[in-house]
Amino acid sequence: MDWAMIMIYILAVIIIVAAIFSVKQKDLLLAVIGTSAISVILSIFYYLLQAPDVALTEAAIGVALSTIIFVIAIKKTERYEE
Amino acid sequence: MRKVTAIFVLAIFGFYMLSVFLTIPFGEKRDNVGQHYLANTVKETGAVNTVTSIVVSYRGFDTLGEVTVLFLAATGLGAILFDKKGKKRRLQHASLIVRVGAHLLYPLIVLLGAYVFVHGHLTPGGGFQGGAIIATGVLLMFMSYRSFETSHKALIYIESLAGIVFVLAGFSGLIWGQSFLQNVLPLGEPGRLLSAGIIPIIYIAVGFKVGAELTGLLDNLLKTIK
Repeated sequence: MDWAMIMIYILAVIIIVAAIFSVKQKDLLLAVIGTSAISVILSIFYYLLQAPDVALTEAAIGVALSTIIFVIAIKKTERYEE
Repeated sequence: MRKVTAIFVLAIFGFYMLSVFLTIPFGEKRDNVGQHYLANTVKETGAVNTVTSIVVSYRGFDTLGEVTVLFLAATGLGAILFDKKGKKRRLQHASLIVRVGAHLLYPLIVLLGAYVFVHGHLTPGGGFQGGAIIATGVLLMFMSYRSFETSHKALIYIESLAGIVFVLAGFSGLIWGQSFLQNVLPLGEPGRLLSAGIIPIIYIAVGFKVGAELTGLLDNLLKTIK
């Protein structure tokens, strides 16, 4: 097994951990940061799967724009899940 | 009774879905269209980037629909959130490090976005990606500077003009060619910036439109925070 495959497996484990974290987390701000971490790794995966244009979209929209929209929504409602 | 009805409706749906899917042979090669695109893109559209040629040229009408959907979403959000009094954003200034970094990065991010959509027919990316990148740059400035403002009127004009340019490019195909969005300009030498006919024009218009829409959306959202 070469280094690239090991890195890909590490990233896959991180993406699953981040997904479980953002579902289980009661502090919604941290959960949103978990989803944006998912988007970062997802855009790396898109790039590795030879879809650089989708990777660009995912990086710009998933990491920055949807995160800020969620943060504004949390600021206008409540931060902690009951 | 309701459960029985639901199960009955689901069974009908399932039957028709199954009978449709059973007609599709499993595991056979059915990528004739894809092979056609890969073989003939450069010859037919002059664009080196096959994805762009599909999005803007072969499936250009779908792209017009997508742009319209995004426009409607931004308009709906603006209609709900827009405040006539023009509330000021009352967020605090960010720290000095963030402000200086944002000031240095903002022009570079906007330049990258413009590069991505101007070179849409040559390199990966295009109008949507470039517009989203420009909107992230503006977002960075919104978050770092309290005094950073965008002109609402300018955004509306940019958006409308870009949409009109897209539709006019489509109608030019209808007037001088045979179909909507048909290429009427010379294709040029593949791989050059000025090539691929109307694809760069449409992608520049889409880039401006998406950038202005997302920027206006962020502006509307951030103005609602006290």
